[in-house]
Amino acid sequence: MIRLKCEDVRREMSNYLDNDISPENRELIERHLEQCQNCAVLLDSMHNVLVLVADERRFELPAGFGKRLREKLSREFENFRNGHRSE
Amino acid sequence: MLAKTGELELVSSDSRTQSEKSSDPEVSHERQLIAEILAGNPERYYELIAPLERRIYFTAVSIVRNEADAEDVAQEAILKAFRSLGKFKGDARFSTWLFSITMNEARMRLRKRREVSLDEPNDDGASGDAEYTPIQLADWRELPVDTVLNKEMAAHLEQAIEQLPVPYREILVLRDIDGVSTADAAEALGISIANAKVRLLRARLMLRDYFVSHCLMPRTTRAGRGRE
Repeated sequence: MIRLKCEDVRREMSNYLDNDISPENRELIERHLEQCQNCAVLLDSMHNVLVLVADERRFELPAGFGKRLREKLSREFENFRNGHRSE
Repeated sequence: MLAKTGELELVSSDSRTQSEKSSDPEVSHERQLIAEILAGNPERYYELIAPLERRIYFTAVSIVRNEADAEDVAQEAILKAFRSLGKFKGDARFSTWLFSITMNEARMRLRKRREVSLDEPNDDGASGDAEYTPIQLADWRELPVDTVLNKEMAAHLEQAIEQLPVPYREILVLRDIDGVSTADAAEALGISIANAKVRLLRARLMLRDYFVSHCLMPRTTRAGRGRE
């Protein structure tokens, strides 16, 4: 049976989290993780940080962002309509 | 498939075919909206960008690290996308296209400021992460994610993202914040998929290391000592 080294698992950790890996490789990695506490903790902590990074609750727009954007877009829409009419 | 040496072969699964993208209901809705806009109903553009505004701004602020510049970058990207909508070919999601435009605007802003090196790192697929050794820590995985997101934690996350060199920050923001596929992120950044994967792994390891060493390590250490 093929046994993976820690560096093999770490090289594929990102692909593992993205599910961008073959079922065979996934199984081999999971077998390694059952035996290797260091790799298991590294994987879990990376996963947790990525969950936090993607958390929408972190994203706040500056006050007035939407209003300023809509003003700019309104002018843009006007130009667009004028161009449309002259075609 | 594994070679006898134990080397792993990359198997890509996130490159959807054109027909798969076409049958995605969200993609169909995007296309419908774009058709209506181009047919003379520009107000429909609000609907197209509404779900993306916060992420576009966050993409910009993550790269330029300055709120005023980030607003300019985000709004300019949204305006440019509108002006170029007729050229949008629909071979990617509209969001991916808009994130690429935002990334380019942000890069231009950085070049203008001449503050940050945009040099490409040497991360060819063969050796990119070989010399990177992640920090070992005890048992952070036991902390439930929902309880750790607070203002202090969010500030540490911002710092962790900001300290990444620009090429790593770009791939991380596109992939893990914007949710763009690795293939589309590679295309947006003009690098190969293999390089994008290596760069993403490195970025994630660096982010995780900075975050745990500046934010979680003291807690972990305290918890560890408490059990001794």
